[in-house]
Amino acid sequence: MVSDDHRSVIRMRGITIEFPGVKALQDVDFTLRAGEVHTLMGENGAGKSTLIKALTGVYRIDGGTIEVDGERRVFGGTADAQDAGVWTVYQEVNLCANLSVGENVMLGQEIRGAFGIDWRRTHAAARSHLEGLGLTIDPRSPLASHSLAVQQLVAISRAMVSDCKVLVLDEPTSSLDRGEVEQLFAVMRDLRDRGVAILFVTHFLDQVYEISDRLTVLRNGRLVGEFPAAELERTQLVALMLGRELDELESIDAAERIIDRDGAPVLRATGVGKRGSIEPVDLDVFDGEVVGIAGLLGSGRTELVRLLYGADRADAGEIEVHGDPVRIGRPRDAIGARIAFTSEDRREEGIVGDLTVAENIVLGIQARRGWLRKVSRSEQDEVVSEYISALGIRPADPNARVRNLSGGNQQKVVLARWLATAPELLILDEPTRGIDVGAKADIQRLVARLSAEGMSVLYISSELEEVLRLAQRIVVMRDRRKIGELTTTADTDVDDLVAIIAQGDAALPDTAARLKEDAA
Amino acid sequence: MKLKKILTHRLALPIGALVALVLLNTIARPSFLSITVRDGQLYGSIIDILRNSSPLMLVSLGMMIVIATRGIDLSVGALMAVSGAVSLTIIKASPRPDDLGVLAVAIIAGILTTLILGVWNGFLVAVLGIQPIIATLVLMLAGRGIALLITQGYITTINSVPYQFMAQGYVFGMPFAFLVSVAVIVLVALVERRTALGMLTEAVGINPTASRIAGVRSRGIIWGAYAASGLLAGMAGVLYSSNIMAADANAAGLNIEVDAILAVVLGGTLLTGGRFTIAGTVIGVYTIQTLTSTITFLGVPPAVTPVFKAAVIVIVCLAQSTRVRSWFRSRRRHRTQTPASGMGPGSDIEQTPALVGAAEGSAR
Repeated sequence: MVSDDHRSVIRMRGITIEFPGVKALQDVDFTLRAGEVHTLMGENGAGKSTLIKALTGVYRIDGGTIEVDGERRVFGGTADAQDAGVWTVYQEVNLCANLSVGENVMLGQEIRGAFGIDWRRTHAAARSHLEGLGLTIDPRSPLASHSLAVQQLVAISRAMVSDCKVLVLDEPTSSLDRGEVEQLFAVMRDLRDRGVAILFVTHFLDQVYEISDRLTVLRNGRLVGEFPAAELERTQLVALMLGRELDELESIDAAERIIDRDGAPVLRATGVGKRGSIEPVDLDVFDGEVVGIAGLLGSGRTELVRLLYGADRADAGEIEVHGDPVRIGRPRDAIGARIAFTSEDRREEGIVGDLTVAENIVLGIQARRGWLRKVSRSEQDEVVSEYISALGIRPADPNARVRNLSGGNQQKVVLARWLATAPELLILDEPTRGIDVGAKADIQRLVARLSAEGMSVLYISSELEEVLRLAQRIVVMRDRRKIGELTTTADTDVDDLVAIIAQGDAALPDTAARLKEDAA
Repeated sequence: MKLKKILTHRLALPIGALVALVLLNTIARPSFLSITVRDGQLYGSIIDILRNSSPLMLVSLGMMIVIATRGIDLSVGALMAVSGAVSLTIIKASPRPDDLGVLAVAIIAGILTTLILGVWNGFLVAVLGIQPIIATLVLMLAGRGIALLITQGYITTINSVPYQFMAQGYVFGMPFAFLVSVAVIVLVALVERRTALGMLTEAVGINPTASRIAGVRSRGIIWGAYAASGLLAGMAGVLYSSNIMAADANAAGLNIEVDAILAVVLGGTLLTGGRFTIAGTVIGVYTIQTLTSTITFLGVPPAVTPVFKAAVIVIVCLAQSTRVRSWFRSRRRHRTQTPASGMGPGSDIEQTPALVGAAEGSAR
């Protein structure tokens, strides 16, 4: 399908984008050819959206060049990018829901007659554009009356009206059902054959292989490589996305500890799920056990733990804590059951940036006690200095504003907040993402020590080595379902996990056998 | 270094503004600072300012708590009208307007009414999730209607010596109204800072999602803030009506929400919520009150006063704007880095960021 004589529409060279304190993209090259579907792959924080935003003029680049059709361009805003023929259709459609389909398609390109806009001809033009994509809907119907899938196609039509050369589809399929995805793919293939360059982002591996001609993989803001889709196996792709962390971390081998699974589990979830988010899942966590959750982004791992904590409300299933049924509909319920949770989104859901380190640490205890019984000054000093030294928080200044700390130290502050409340189950969602190696090792060592002392931990990480190192049992999730569970042994290695994540458990007979042993 | 620390202190701006105003007044009218003692009671322009600022002080403290939760309460002026109307209607209906029991009932009824209305505001915002500006706009408009209903459309006037004492009487040589405002400042400081309420309020204002995940009862805290604002506005309304001995549903607390917001912001609490400072708000209130008095002293017709206040608002907003500050800073650096090179800021879109970065690097 793709041959070398396809001309490059977009050439991005050495793209670097910095945010305060982080390099979101470092020296990334990216080439998009006319008439191809090119998929951008990478975990959260890999830099996919940053690259897209650089290409569509949302972010100003700090280094590197962008060429469109061989001509160097500097995008000062999305309008510049659109002038150059680069259009984006986002996951959440960026159209005007209160206008009609035709008005949306022709927005800014209305056909004018002697008395202003000629609506009859404008709508007729809209109809022909829509039909060009195989969409037979009335252009006069309100946009809001159509499904999200149709709205996306309308957004694509709108891009085509403006003679778009490059179409960026940022996770368009994440809320579509199977049939709708097929319809979208048919349109994408049609556009590709007409010579449009399509940049596609999705987290669904099946879709990647169904539609892509080439793949570009990013990790931690750097380019991993560019591959023809036909030549890269799934397993390889997953391994590239997740990365193989060199074992700079000292060996932390909590994994082989023997866990007594006879009594009532600390947490037992039965059929916990939420429609449209995650299918019902069963899960046990026993005393002093670290249960890892492995899976790609979008596999449902975050959605699952958010339900267990009450950050989102489950619409199915039961939760038992120490054998007693509890209702968890909001975080306070979970906290009452001595469950703690650190979100993967540290900035939005973890730290309270403008408060000090000390205030952030006591916030958990204080919230439990209520506002009337203030944590006294001496008590606060004691707790705060204890955790600052135990977790090695830097700077060791209780009065520093948390937002000025590095990611790793912010994470430690959030951990300290929870540890101070003495939880029985700690749910950690990507606790080591985006932090430096030293802090990573600190946090992993902490988890190993806490669990050895009897705390139960649910541990999510994109870095499989981490999960393998810490967890005695690993739950594997894929496509918003739990697809398997394995007890780690000395010879479980990352390849086993990668294979299950990529192929499903059926692909790996010895794991399947191990699963049966577990069941027996 | 020490001077820089003083200049960057967060109360530097409000204190500076207040001192400047006092200086201006003293120059224009040397008697401004003089305080005379008659019958053991203090008189003078400063004392007037302290006394007259009491209603604004109460309202501003309530506004500050609401603003800290990322909210705003536009209804405070209307609530002042309501509490005055309730209290005076009860006193007028009583055959013994000088009886302290009657007054107590009247005052408590007035304040309780606005407390309930504050609870209503909080319900709209915290439970129903309506935007604060819209939710409190309801009572901003309806409140004066309620007050007019209570007074049946008239300006209710009363004669009651003890009621008048609240605004005009003296205790220990100081105006009673001033002492009330001091008592409330102390009370608010105790409740917010001696308990954990202040910190939890700030947490909710800074990051509502993280606070919820951390287990903070954000709904209760936001709800309470509006209730407190209603309560304090009610007290302010009673003080106001006692000053003029009348319940004027149309004039009581008119536009006071604007002054209160200005006082809070001038004091250094950001409208985006989060960190709040009681001391800053207190200074902000005195600054606003002094400004109002100054305008009168200078003989500016009252109808023109809004122009002066607007000018102050513009200056304060500019001084607090991070964009303006960083613009000034980068201009200073540009001037030291690129003398007469003709490379003004923004002369080349692509080069500006690099230039600024380089300037920052060498400045460190």
